[in-house]
Amino acid sequence: MGSLVEFVFYGAVLGIMYALIAVGFTLFFGVLDVINFAHGDVLTVGAFSGLVAYLGLGVLGVDLPLVLQLVTVVLAACVMTAAAGVLIGKVFVVPMRDAPAFNILLMTLMIGTVFREAIRLFYPQGANPKAFPALISKAAVDVGGVFIRLDSIALLVLGLAVVFLTSWLINHTKFGLAIRAVAQDADTAQVMGIPFKRTVFATFALGSILAGIAGIMHGIYYSEINFNSGLFLGLIGFSAAVVGGLGSIWGAIIGGFTFAALQTVWVVLFPDASSYRDVFSFAVIIVIMALFPTGIIAERYSEKV
Amino acid sequence: MIFRATVLSAAILMGVAGTPAHAKDTVKIAFIGPLSGGNSATGVGGRNSAETAVRVRNEKGDSKYNYELVALDDECKPNVGVQVATRAATDRHIIAGITHFCSAVAIATVDVYHRFGFPVVVWGAILPDITYAQDYKEVHRVNGSMLDETEVATNSLIEMGYKKWVVIHDTTDYGNMLNKMFQEKAPKKGGEIVGSFGVGANQQDFSAELLKIKDINPDVVLFAGLTPLGVRVRSQMEHFGVDVQFAAVSGIMSTSYFDALGQTAEGTLSFHNAAPLTAMPGGKAFLENYGKANYSNPPEPYGPYAYVAADLIMSAIEQVGPDRKKVQAILNDTKDYPSIAGPINFDDHRNNSVASTRYVAQDGDWVRWEDSEYASGKRQLKGR
Repeated sequence: MGSLVEFVFYGAVLGIMYALIAVGFTLFFGVLDVINFAHGDVLTVGAFSGLVAYLGLGVLGVDLPLVLQLVTVVLAACVMTAAAGVLIGKVFVVPMRDAPAFNILLMTLMIGTVFREAIRLFYPQGANPKAFPALISKAAVDVGGVFIRLDSIALLVLGLAVVFLTSWLINHTKFGLAIRAVAQDADTAQVMGIPFKRTVFATFALGSILAGIAGIMHGIYYSEINFNSGLFLGLIGFSAAVVGGLGSIWGAIIGGFTFAALQTVWVVLFPDASSYRDVFSFAVIIVIMALFPTGIIAERYSEKV
Repeated sequence: MIFRATVLSAAILMGVAGTPAHAKDTVKIAFIGPLSGGNSATGVGGRNSAETAVRVRNEKGDSKYNYELVALDDECKPNVGVQVATRAATDRHIIAGITHFCSAVAIATVDVYHRFGFPVVVWGAILPDITYAQDYKEVHRVNGSMLDETEVATNSLIEMGYKKWVVIHDTTDYGNMLNKMFQEKAPKKGGEIVGSFGVGANQQDFSAELLKIKDINPDVVLFAGLTPLGVRVRSQMEHFGVDVQFAAVSGIMSTSYFDALGQTAEGTLSFHNAAPLTAMPGGKAFLENYGKANYSNPPEPYGPYAYVAADLIMSAIEQVGPDRKKVQAILNDTKDYPSIAGPINFDDHRNNSVASTRYVAQDGDWVRWEDSEYASGKRQLKGR
């Protein structure tokens, strides 16, 4: 019974990480109808930026309490990923926004490859996995036979907080209103005086910041990052966003937790076949997508041609 | 003008007179291993060791040929391995190869070497099928095989009192074969494998497997895979509170295991076909020669076998010249070859058997069990 709680808890931590990535995908699609396949690799950029910031603090001999180190690392990741996101938006996606969506998808896929390979080639020994510092205390709590680490609790809470903050930002601020307006109808939004390009770039920045935070969480959780981390995570995040309904933030969150739940359920039921859990999870995603083509939370507004 | 011409001619004549009657021909041999990626520590150590062998022989001066090592990176990926194997095998100037640490790559390339008649000596891959599945006379191996390693691993673990095992193995040929061998051997010695999990070589998250293992509560978690995966499993065992002794096969025995895990690595049991350098007949001299080049990486446990493989090949070339078929014939007949790791004897499948050694991770180093503070009782493993 205790271990069931543990399974649920650790499944939730996985779910929140997938959800953060999925929300990024959904934002990009929502605002510009674009699939940004560089998103997973932006996560890796965020993780490595955080690592470099941490190592930089060490090199400069700056001795900060653990919480401030965590804040510095997260800030570094957010800044770098926001920059990466704006770069992708400004230089590649927005100028090409009238091109077929497939071309943009391919292009972002290639940009992602460039990020990934740049890390592998230019970071010292980039091909090897790198140890990530333990920025949150690894002390464990034993609650009635259930063994939970404090850092996992902290990550889950942090992830949920970020998700709720993003949702509040989208739904209750002027900035969020601008994003939703542009997502609904870019031309009318411009006519209403909403700065189109600035809103799009800000959305790209926001989505990429979420990836950066997910990257740091991933690093802290596994105590390790490597140049490949983002590739598979991006794929999962994208599937989760599609299943949940591209364009809907809550859909992305549901999709993320769904995927994590599928993985966990498979391994609980068939531990000897645990290496097939991704086969199972993606197969179920395919079935769900066949049943709900526009996602579980369907797009509320259809494109009027 | 005439003065200059005279000086020039005199200089040329002196140069010509100073040259020996014939310069030594250069003979190339290839080294193939994972020079990049998660297993690069072992690959680079092997390459440096092979280079040391070449340098030592060249510096001695009494050989018929001048040797040159061509190092190729197989990235521990079978498709890349086949590419570089083909590159080496189709180059007429490369006479033989010192090949592979990753078993998944080595088993993929044997067909290439056979097709091009390229004699190779394996220095680090232990999958038995590499030498035993086919009768390819091109393929030799000096570093023993999984048969030796799993035998010692099984006996050691049972003897230490670890009877209930859970095996986590990667799903490549390497991990699958190791799992199969453990499944066969453990019951014969009184052990029981109560759980076995196959995981993808690139798998990131082990929460589900490890939580299941916590439920099963075995005596030991035995890991059969390579360093990057092993690091993740060990680190996540800490994370999820799986407080069980951790043992692993030679795939994790490298310095990168300690770099990645730090203190968490302490107390890990492992088994390796290579004895510690202090126990090898030529170990001390090898370490001295290795040190002369000021490499930034240590030789790693398989380094001496890369040295031996290079040495074996060069000795064969000394005897019969740079001819692949003749070199292969010499290699096939290797009996009692005196190497730094002891006498090398090839059986009917050109495989050299070794007596594997048990190691324990102590203070950031792999120490032979018998020499460790765990054996003497000063430190304790889990569950004993």
